[in-house]
Amino acid sequence: MKFLCVECDKQMAFEERQLPGDGTLAATFKCPKCGRVVAMLTNPMETQLVSSLGVEIGGRTVPEQPFETVRKMVSTGRDDAFDEGSEPRGHAAGPPSWSADAQERLARVPNFVRGMVKRIYADYARERGIAEITPAVMDTARAELGLEGM
Amino acid sequence: MPPIRTYHELTDADRSGLPEQIGAQRRRVAERLAGVGRVIAVMSGKGGVGKSYVTAHLARALARSGRAVGVLDADLNGPTIPRLLGIDHAPLPTSQNGIEPATGQDGVRCISMALLLEDGAPLAFKGPAAESFVWRGAMEASALREMLGDVSWGSLDTLLLDLPPGMQRYIELCDILAAPPAVLTVTIPTPESRDAVRRAMRAAAERGSQLLGIIENMTGQGFEGSAGDDLAQEFSVPVLARIPWHPTPDTWSALGTRL
Repeated sequence: MKFLCVECDKQMAFEERQLPGDGTLAATFKCPKCGRVVAMLTNPMETQLVSSLGVEIGGRTVPEQPFETVRKMVSTGRDDAFDEGSEPRGHAAGPPSWSADAQERLARVPNFVRGMVKRIYADYARERGIAEITPAVMDTARAELGLEGM
Repeated sequence: MPPIRTYHELTDADRSGLPEQIGAQRRRVAERLAGVGRVIAVMSGKGGVGKSYVTAHLARALARSGRAVGVLDADLNGPTIPRLLGIDHAPLPTSQNGIEPATGQDGVRCISMALLLEDGAPLAFKGPAAESFVWRGAMEASALREMLGDVSWGSLDTLLLDLPPGMQRYIELCDILAAPPAVLTVTIPTPESRDAVRRAMRAAAERGSQLLGIIENMTGQGFEGSAGDDLAQEFSVPVLARIPWHPTPDTWSALGTRL
């Protein structure tokens, strides 16, 4: 999918993606010449079609996780389907800690997908040298990585 | 207003890169299956002929003969392989590198939706309920892709894919895999089964799958007909086994040696 600024005859560049949580998706594109920004708004059916392919509009911000589509989209998954084990090895700094508030927030994520979400946040913090994951760190990561659905 | 340029005339990089994302998914499957000697789809155009039963026992027979075997239960909506392989539920070890398969009788490795769903629950997806048939097929194909590409199968001699009745899952497999899988067909002796299985075999042949042969199941009593022989003659493939109602381990071993 591409967007053309007809007036400038220029291909518009992807700017931002938002998932408001109601099943819809918003993506903005900007004309590199005149600066005009347009938003593409998809309805829940269109959004679902894209999700069902396991792809991300705007490109991937984190590597595809094992069973990502199944874990994000199956609503009847069992709580103890996956054993996430310990944190990945090979990181000298060790795993980041979780503040009490962040743990509480993480606990609200369904078990079926929680391990994957926890790993994504932990990787985000580790890569940026963040020692403790707090709700603020989670908010920043959500915005930066486009994790609105998690 | 000037003529509007077409999609292909716009040559700047598309940041979403959806075709590239799909390509990466395909590469992930190919890399994961690089250690698998051969992939065999066990299929039939007909339900209730015993595909899963045959798959599980064939897998065990191959494993007993010393081969490393995995079974992917591609019947996402009616998964039965874990029960047939005597697998009790246990959380599947997970890492960034993939999901470890469960291990069943005789060391057969297995992945199945039955290991992931709540007991007795149907496979249900989040999403708009209205017209869900539009996206549900794509969602199931994605689940199948992840079962192929995200499971740490390791080095396998044979990966058996237990397909549900019909052709849809086979077609999805052909799209996901780099090459159409070899096909092992299961039928019962009846002409009704023969007619349904014929369509499936023809579709598989047209897609370029190697037809390994036919297994005629539930022979000896109850069902009348010669579906196995009819299909074997029509497609020039062997009847690899005729499975009676009460097969012995030797029945399965003999089948294993013919594959």
